[in-house]
Amino acid sequence: MTGLTIEGVHKTFFPGTVNEVRALRGIDLTLEPGEFVTVVGSNGAGKSTLLNSVAGVIAPDRGRILLGGVDVTRQSEVQRAARIGRVLQNPLAGTAPSLTVAENLALAAARGRSRGLRWALTAAKRRQFAEELAQLGLGLENRLNDKVGLLSGGQRQALSLLMATLQRPDILLLDEHTAALDPRAAALIADLTNRWVRQHRLTTLMITHNLEQAIRLGDRLVMMHEGRILFTVGGAEKQGLTIDGLRQAFERVRGEEFTYDRAVLAN
Amino acid sequence: MEFVLNFLLPVLQQGLVWGLVALGVWMTFRVVNVPDLTVDGTLTTGAATAARLLTMGVHPVAATLAGFFTGAAGGAITGLIHTRLRVQPLLASIITMTGLYSVNLRIMGRSNIALFTLETLVPDNPWGKLALFAATAALLVLLMNLFFRTELGLSLRATGDNDGMVRMLGVSSDSMRLLAFTLSNGIVGLGGALVAQYSGFADAQMGIGTIVAALAALIIGEALFGAPTVFRATISALLGSIIYRTIFALALRAGFQASDLKLVTAALVVLALSIPHIKRTVRLPEGSEAR
Repeated sequence: MTGLTIEGVHKTFFPGTVNEVRALRGIDLTLEPGEFVTVVGSNGAGKSTLLNSVAGVIAPDRGRILLGGVDVTRQSEVQRAARIGRVLQNPLAGTAPSLTVAENLALAAARGRSRGLRWALTAAKRRQFAEELAQLGLGLENRLNDKVGLLSGGQRQALSLLMATLQRPDILLLDEHTAALDPRAAALIADLTNRWVRQHRLTTLMITHNLEQAIRLGDRLVMMHEGRILFTVGGAEKQGLTIDGLRQAFERVRGEEFTYDRAVLAN
Repeated sequence: MEFVLNFLLPVLQQGLVWGLVALGVWMTFRVVNVPDLTVDGTLTTGAATAARLLTMGVHPVAATLAGFFTGAAGGAITGLIHTRLRVQPLLASIITMTGLYSVNLRIMGRSNIALFTLETLVPDNPWGKLALFAATAALLVLLMNLFFRTELGLSLRATGDNDGMVRMLGVSSDSMRLLAFTLSNGIVGLGGALVAQYSGFADAQMGIGTIVAALAALIIGEALFGAPTVFRATISALLGSIIYRTIFALALRAGFQASDLKLVTAALVVLALSIPHIKRTVRLPEGSEAR
């Protein structure tokens, strides 16, 4: 029984045209239950395509994706969503602005269940949401009835993170979820993520452009390049990893200079 | 008294009966974010269904409710064309509206049915008419407010707001859109059935301009009374509809011909649509991010 297994996944966009992009060229990756894996790589490395394949947004050309031992490769995004929590880069993507904080959480609390004519919000649910929100430390527990559109980007992303994990998903997918935030909010969300993932032992796959973040967070670091996994660093070796060390490892494997298209080596 | 009987009562009656239609249109306008032109067809479908059944001797209550179901069927067709065949919702609604014209003629068997001599749900007494429409509108507002507090109703609202999020949370946004088209046109069909009994006939042409009239009511209501919650939005829709019919009646009194009213409607919609813009220009963007 594993958390997530990705087996020989290939994906080519626009095959047979001049625009052909071989986004994934055979990815094999296994996450143990409760394992927290960070994925780094330059633009076009295939990180987002990989995450979207797991989420069911993209259907792989070849290969299988198993969630908790169950093959979900042929399941739609909506079917899989019952077991997958996601936070995307855009802090506006994970919440509905004209619904209240409580209403957004109610939608998330029903993830994986069919929606019927039960009341979406009850006094008990409000209390539960207030308790969960209090753990964010942002004072959102006092704003249950405020529309989410009134919140800041950082607050909305914190809410998105809570919504993604409220139902304890089998896997949490984080797609550069701190990249669009200001540095303070980004640090806050990174801390929250780490605390949340550890506290609930969530199997987590996190993409980031931020090498420092990728080194500091998670049990294992995966370096992707041109649709392949170049190497992974885990255990004690990852504990002592530095950005320079990561760069040297890249250059050793690739035999070429490590160029990073976004100058966000740290922060 | 002359003013009450010849102006106020008809305005309130029309405002409320067409307010039902506006409430139906609000659902797709809010959930799918698209003005649903299907209603130009399904209003007539509901009217035609009720009229035909009444001429066959069916009980007025059953005939009126049947208008809900045939209207809903029309809406479901738009929903299916949009969600299953990936046709843009506006285009899908135009296609269904066009097709429904023939269907409506088939339902009636001719181009219009007079109901003056038949027993209908709508009483002859003008106060009775008002009471019936007010009660129906109140019931609909109540049902909609209850429904939008359920898990299903909340998912429906969220779909209009952020359909990507809705899918991430395991709800098929396609199903929600299909449901919105179906329920919305059901309500419009019900409204059509009542409109036909109110005006004493069903006619193949009667649905033309329904969407614009309903939008006028919605936009006037929202601009004047706001729509921050479902409750406020539904009440604003009804009030907007009454104001819209008041302007209509005033235009007729001012000497406009009945045939000029579509132009009055179009002008009103433009005016109402521009109110938020004018407000913004006058009072600078304080809190402009809030929707």
